[in-house]
Amino acid sequence: MAPKKSTLPFVLIVLFALFLAIGINLGEVSSVLEKAIRVCLSCMGIG
Amino acid sequence: MPQLYGNRVMLILRRWIQILATVLSNAYWKFPFTRGIYQGNLKAVCVPGLNCYSCPAATGSCPLGALQNFMATLRPRFGAGHTHFGLYVIGMLGLIGSLVGRMPCAWLCPFGFLQELIHKIPSPEFEIPKPLTYIKYILLGLFIFILPLLAVDEFGYGITWFCKHICPAGTLEAGIPLMLLKPELRELIGILFHSKLLILALFLAWMVVSRRPFCRVACPLGAIYSLFNKVSVFRMTHDPDKCTLCEACYRDCPMGVKFYEDANHYDCIRCLKCYQESCRFGAISYEVAGIPLLKALERTAETDAPME
Repeated sequence: MAPKKSTLPFVLIVLFALFLAIGINLGEVSSVLEKAIRVCLSCMGIG
Repeated sequence: MPQLYGNRVMLILRRWIQILATVLSNAYWKFPFTRGIYQGNLKAVCVPGLNCYSCPAATGSCPLGALQNFMATLRPRFGAGHTHFGLYVIGMLGLIGSLVGRMPCAWLCPFGFLQELIHKIPSPEFEIPKPLTYIKYILLGLFIFILPLLAVDEFGYGITWFCKHICPAGTLEAGIPLMLLKPELRELIGILFHSKLLILALFLAWMVVSRRPFCRVACPLGAIYSLFNKVSVFRMTHDPDKCTLCEACYRDCPMGVKFYEDANHYDCIRCLKCYQESCRFGAISYEVAGIPLLKALERTAETDAPME
């Protein structure tokens, strides 16, 4: 029996790669960095 | 007495990858001298597993923390003309999920690794009731998206609800070490810190008697990846003709999945233990994009019996 192939995973890959590219293009990487280099008091349980 | 039916190459490889991922996610070893967290550019990259970005040794960002932060600051950012929706993080998680589903939980997550190590402590085994495994989806919807987005102050800022009220990884990796490194922070300890400490203690105790309780019950990151298990490029396959329903896969599964009922169950983390170690009948295999990469090994008790 021939293996069942689906195009859905590849559609999702393209879609999320597009999301990733848009996010990077919008400057979200620097937002992540900005948050991550500061001590997160919420994560510690004191803020 | 359970026997080993395959070679253990994949299991040993997984263990080494888990160690490597944990070390690389926490490779800033100068923290005892700087008494602070790493602030380099690598922090712009989200790691695939649960690893608090305020851990003094952390070299990357936590995707859950980053995602909550995008939701919590979406309104004021939007008001200021910055259209930041968290697509960078959603895209990254979706891309990983589309490729391998929940596999990062088994191979790359430091907190998952910790749970496996703690469960090695000899103890009675308690199974986790199935209804509890749906809690992670409630936490994902409510604590990662809805509350950070909707419960806002007068300036439109929300808070990172999961980090603040629940995340035991944050308490273990950031709360406790930073309290030791920065004594001045101890003055800020209140009921919130104690409640998070209690949650951590409960999960640590639960890890001893149950398999990966945090992953199965409360991890929103695992919940995100699990949504892709049935549609990812990498998928597990089950051959019902070879399966004898012996339940060896279920007994060995670190997530308590009954593989023979659903080969791509939402809680399957693709550790491949069932494929490599449990099934002696070759009923378990996996495929990439619908193509079986490795044929199910025809393992029989006879051929796999230990050599004299």
